[in-house]
Amino acid sequence: MSSDWQPRIVGFACRWCTYAGADLAGTSRLEYPATVRLVRVPCSGRVNPSFVLRAFQRGADGVLVAGCHPGDCHYTSGNLFTRRRFSLVKRFLEYLGLEPERLRVEWISAAEGQRFAQVIREMTDDLCRLGPNRKMREEP
Amino acid sequence: MPRIGVVVCWCGHNIAGTVDVTQVTAAAAAMPGVVYAEDYKYVCSEPGQDLIRRAIADKRLDAVVVAACSPSMHEATFRQAAAAAGLNPYRVEIANVREQCSWVHRDREEATVKAVALVQAMVAKARREEPLEALRLPVTRRALVIGGGIAGMQAAMDIADAGYQVLLVEREPNLGGRMAQLSETFPTLDCASCILTPRTAEVARHPRIELLTYSEVREVAGYVGDFRVRIARKPAYVDWDRCIGCMLCQEKCPRKVPSPFERDMGFKKAIGVNFPQAVPNRPVIDREHCTYFEKGKCQVCVRVCPVEAVDFEQRETVREEAVGAIVVATGFDVLAPAEFGEYGYGRYPDVIDSLAFERLNSSSGPTGGVIRRPSDGRVPREVVFIQCVGSRDPDRGRGYCSKICCMYTAKHAMLYRHKVPDGQAYVFYMDVRAGGKGYEEFVQRTVEQAGALYLRGRVARVYPEGDRMLVRGVDTLSGQTVEVAADLVVLATAAVPRGDARELAQLLKVGTDAHGFYNEAHPKLRPVETMTRGIFLAGAVQAPRDISETVAQASGAASKVLALFSQEELVADPLVAVVDETRCAGCFLCRPVCPYQAISTRVAGNREVATVNPGLCQGCGACAVACRSGAMALKGFTDEQILAEVEALCLRTGSPG
Repeated sequence: MSSDWQPRIVGFACRWCTYAGADLAGTSRLEYPATVRLVRVPCSGRVNPSFVLRAFQRGADGVLVAGCHPGDCHYTSGNLFTRRRFSLVKRFLEYLGLEPERLRVEWISAAEGQRFAQVIREMTDDLCRLGPNRKMREEP
Repeated sequence: MPRIGVVVCWCGHNIAGTVDVTQVTAAAAAMPGVVYAEDYKYVCSEPGQDLIRRAIADKRLDAVVVAACSPSMHEATFRQAAAAAGLNPYRVEIANVREQCSWVHRDREEATVKAVALVQAMVAKARREEPLEALRLPVTRRALVIGGGIAGMQAAMDIADAGYQVLLVEREPNLGGRMAQLSETFPTLDCASCILTPRTAEVARHPRIELLTYSEVREVAGYVGDFRVRIARKPAYVDWDRCIGCMLCQEKCPRKVPSPFERDMGFKKAIGVNFPQAVPNRPVIDREHCTYFEKGKCQVCVRVCPVEAVDFEQRETVREEAVGAIVVATGFDVLAPAEFGEYGYGRYPDVIDSLAFERLNSSSGPTGGVIRRPSDGRVPREVVFIQCVGSRDPDRGRGYCSKICCMYTAKHAMLYRHKVPDGQAYVFYMDVRAGGKGYEEFVQRTVEQAGALYLRGRVARVYPEGDRMLVRGVDTLSGQTVEVAADLVVLATAAVPRGDARELAQLLKVGTDAHGFYNEAHPKLRPVETMTRGIFLAGAVQAPRDISETVAQASGAASKVLALFSQEELVADPLVAVVDETRCAGCFLCRPVCPYQAISTRVAGNREVATVNPGLCQGCGACAVACRSGAMALKGFTDEQILAEVEALCLRTGSPG
């Protein structure tokens, strides 16, 4: 691993809260590492665990699933499914031997640009420490 | 393979300053399916949009990817441009290379690699796109206005005057809201009742406004153009259709209780109206304080009523109504001053809040408009006003400015001087914020003509000495401790959301801020709309504001409703769920996860399958994840599309693989 290796994070962001929060980080010019690329989804409840597995298979070093705070879902209940579903997915991935820091599930509101930037910084630091995802990555 | 065009925006220096747009364009040109790639300084400008339109026509494009600012900014702009050139507007995708790339990264190379990846993902998504037809929905041309204060009345009048039916729901027995409690209004010192009561009467007799007072909204279902609302009418224990409003019952009722309308400084009867000019002029029985409900006897009101309107057996009734748009105008509350132990509110009767001072000033108030302090009824010679009680106080969780207090405090100081010419008003303030037409001049008059003494600083403590209150604070301009012996202390308590604002927000599926004020769709450009289409905001439900702003906003909300009602049918995004019936196993795991009850059963041949009502579906996608057989797809966000984006984003090289 070269010293300038940078992790790759795929983020699933609900369009109402986290995607808007990431936009706010932009309009507030908060700098964070260029490690994350967001997929815009209508709701964190739209994120099928298979999307996350596919990202890891294709070599993502970390995956972020993020949506509105529980209770604030634009669709009332979508993120409650996310919360339940991904507590299981996390344990499943740990069972497979993946480091738990590689998957983060976060609640980031449209007003929390600061927090979005912070989460990306933290994840990047964690992943730099862990190094590339070799466990689940399918060799090309 | 579909023919895809990519347009990369410089956004002047905003994108091009950090991202190498030429490199992004070159990389895009090499992506599979891309037959056209170009960059331009400002794609959102008219020539920029024209570039897209020409490319669609000349290159026979099937889809367009614009690498530019966030889709929340210009997705609609570019979709319109595409539609003008004959392309299905839902075949336009936005790669967000400004808010989520050029503005947050500094390293040019890293930002450029990321921008290429973001474009790549959108190209991959666009390749798997189908043309979608916008949904067309019918409009019920009838509005619901929640809240009968000045905001709700203004909105209701504007909509009704334009020729549409309005249901006006108010939880109190009468119209008027907070404004009914006020004495005079700044900066003209118009008497609040004199401008409000003609308005309440006008609303009540408007042929197109149906008034539902003493009622509350319990359930909201449906969507823009076709909301289904359940409204509960609380039991008044008086048959209002029979009642003639003679108020004999109120006169003869033997039970006197403190009146919340008078901030507990005056009394009301267990049956009656909040104030004499109440519209509708119909009494309700306060069940908690009525002797009959407590002890089973009394019934004086039954005996004196000339039309036998009193009905102790009345029950709550619920009705369901269909409306096409909703205006929320539920107003504000003042902070429960029990939080302010240091000011002695609740312990000392001569420490009151501003709303109570309004009642003392009001000629229909408990003192008939003579300013008398609550403890002994004496006319106060010295009055201390304390501003920012709970506002601009992050330590107590409210960092915001309540906005109206500077002006009403100046008004109070002036009114006080008018009524007690030898009295002295002191105002403890943080800053005087008097932005508004004629506002600053008003404050100046309060200082210069009414002689109010403004002291800049916070009050540390208020405590009694003899029959007066000692107010101790610091004048931060002179740096000296100040002590004022006052006969009356008035607290300008923070304007806060109504106690149950969050519950109503949940019913309406409208977002709130950290305090519980309702969120507008955009703070600058869509200030009266909410994120839920067809639901609009008016007045202090959104943030503290004064009467003139409230009325202006209410008219704004009404105009949005009218724009909605003027359409033949409504056009909605087709990004909804759809069932592949050949794959559907009929397990119906999708049904319980749908928050809109949009999924029902359909018989297809010899079995049952799920079917989605596209009018009800809001496109959250919960069902698509719940479906085990992959039969449920969310248009615009299909599994294939999202997986294609994921694969594109995971590519290690900046160039296409």
